[in-house]
Amino acid sequence: MADGSTMVVGASATTPPAPRQGGTMKRLARRRSMAALALCAPLIALIICLKIYPTFYAIFLSMLDRKMNHFVGLDNFAYLLGRPSFHLVIFQSCLFAVTAVVMKAIIGFILAHLMHNIRGSSQRIWRGLLLVPWVIPLSLSTLTWWWLFDPSYSAFNWTLSWLGLPEVPFLGTVWNARISVIMVNTWFGAPFFMIMYLAALKSVPEQLYEAAAIDGASAWQRLIFITLPMMRNIILITVLYSLIVTFADFDIVRILTNGGPQDGTHLFATYAFAVGIQSGNIPRGASVSLFMFPVLATLAFFVLRDVLNRNKEVAT
Amino acid sequence: MANVSIRKVVKSYEGDVQAVKGIDLEIEDHEFVVLVGPSGCGKSTTLRMIAGLEEITAGEIWIGGDVVNDVPPRDRDIAMVFQNYALYPHMSVFDNMAFGLKLRKFPKDEIKRLVDDAAKMLDIQMLLDRKPKALSGGQRQRVAMGRAIVRNPKVFLFDEPLSNLDAKLRVQMRTEIKKVHQLVPTTTVYVTHDQIEAMTLADRVVVMNHGVIEQVGAPQELYHNPQTRFVAGFIGSPAMNFLPVQVVDDSGLKVQLADGTKMAIPPERVDRYGPYKGKKMTLGIRPEHMTETHESEKPGVQLMNAKVDVVEPMGMETLVHHFVDGVAVCSRVDPNTKCRPGEILPLAIDMNNMHLVEDSSSRVV
Repeated sequence: MADGSTMVVGASATTPPAPRQGGTMKRLARRRSMAALALCAPLIALIICLKIYPTFYAIFLSMLDRKMNHFVGLDNFAYLLGRPSFHLVIFQSCLFAVTAVVMKAIIGFILAHLMHNIRGSSQRIWRGLLLVPWVIPLSLSTLTWWWLFDPSYSAFNWTLSWLGLPEVPFLGTVWNARISVIMVNTWFGAPFFMIMYLAALKSVPEQLYEAAAIDGASAWQRLIFITLPMMRNIILITVLYSLIVTFADFDIVRILTNGGPQDGTHLFATYAFAVGIQSGNIPRGASVSLFMFPVLATLAFFVLRDVLNRNKEVAT
Repeated sequence: MANVSIRKVVKSYEGDVQAVKGIDLEIEDHEFVVLVGPSGCGKSTTLRMIAGLEEITAGEIWIGGDVVNDVPPRDRDIAMVFQNYALYPHMSVFDNMAFGLKLRKFPKDEIKRLVDDAAKMLDIQMLLDRKPKALSGGQRQRVAMGRAIVRNPKVFLFDEPLSNLDAKLRVQMRTEIKKVHQLVPTTTVYVTHDQIEAMTLADRVVVMNHGVIEQVGAPQELYHNPQTRFVAGFIGSPAMNFLPVQVVDDSGLKVQLADGTKMAIPPERVDRYGPYKGKKMTLGIRPEHMTETHESEKPGVQLMNAKVDVVEPMGMETLVHHFVDGVAVCSRVDPNTKCRPGEILPLAIDMNNMHLVEDSSSRVV
């Protein structure tokens, strides 16, 4: 050994146990579970302060009246459900989240496959380049997009006019603006899917593809019968995670459109901000932000249960 | 079912590394051929080229009368069993076995019949609903074989299929594989680094080393008549003993060790070894031909005293390690022979089974 001492293998079996020292605290500290709890305590405290307390406080707030003096139960939710403007927010949020997640998943999947097939060190370079959108602070990159979409000075419209095509008001009409915000979210989120899917692809044993090729599977059949089932858990978890995050998206809409035009791009988060902070109705803002919570929580429960079951079944 | 023909096949990798250096091999229909050799000898690469999983740099591979160099694996009508089984973890045993048939659009009832038949042959009927994770190593191995059998391919390819099993199960599965080949005599190419597996399973063994075929032959032929020093040393366990000698004529042709000990060459071999008189050669003698002495020795046996170094009792035999002329040598003696380290053990060397290797060419003469 480095310090010159000699380690005797099996010595502990013959050495008498050390006399018990100290009191209850030392005995507790010696237990592995207690040590684990102590090490996790700072993190648990953080989660309680930053996640659990605000969640319960938001639930509590959503059940108060505007002046936050009286308990009104689910009245805020009932009111929101009766408002056509809120129906539009639900539609837009679902459209935004589902379309963006599907596009991110598809683009990420294709990029991951392209990356996986690049051999050698150039794969690392491409991987780094494609991760750039994901590592730039979203509010900064969205400002750049805002400038790119600008009707008078934008690079996009300049290119279109250079090509002799009519200019497009990217953020000027409801559907154009909806498509634009979805596009920016996809641009930002696709690298995350790519990196997750690339990791999943790398973990599929090559011999499964070889066995399938010998069994008679074409490239497409190998994708359907081997790649997708083997990546299923990662796909499910990534989609679930991204769906939750995309439903809660705030920055892109806030910077690009601020919910407009004609409230046509409001999402739950931007609408909650408009109602709660800008209009001063914090309880109603809280109820807007909590609206998707039960749906996403239920979805998360079933997805994670499925992933766990499958892990038990398949993992070798 | 089909014959396989490998003609001048070369496999090179980037940087001019040649894994297979122009090998020729004819495998007959129904034959069980085992490619054996140490790691990196090119046996797995050869198998993967037959499967279509590796491109062929030069030469041709024929399966059933067709050149398959540019035919993708799925159109070669072959089946392969991999070292780690390569079972699809998300599919049940039934689906694993039926996968190839489904892709080939077999009718459902036909698939069920074929899978059931194969499962019955391999005694895995009760496992059909399970996922691979719930199977033991031996069961997985059976399923992998079932997946190969069920398609009734032209050729079976086995890539070290028993390497992941424990010693006992390996012996058991070896017998199973032989039994299956007796029931379904499909042309089989089997790769292993275990020479016992090769000897017990093969109709013919192909010994490979450094990307070339050293020798092809029936197991007994390789054992009794190795053509090169490599084959002589590779086939047989424990390995053949090699001693540097000089062929001398001292009232009859003899081999002389460096310490001056002379051993007479049996008369029927004198003509064969005569041309090497005066040359330095290597004497090869298997441990089973260096045994304890008996009251009456047959002609051609030389006696020698050995100072025992290590004794390894194996039950049915005992291995005695000692030194001859400074070279470590192993002898295989009767388990009842009394010997202990440091003692002198008289040994009988059966020169009728000697081999003489020409040092310059490494060929057995």
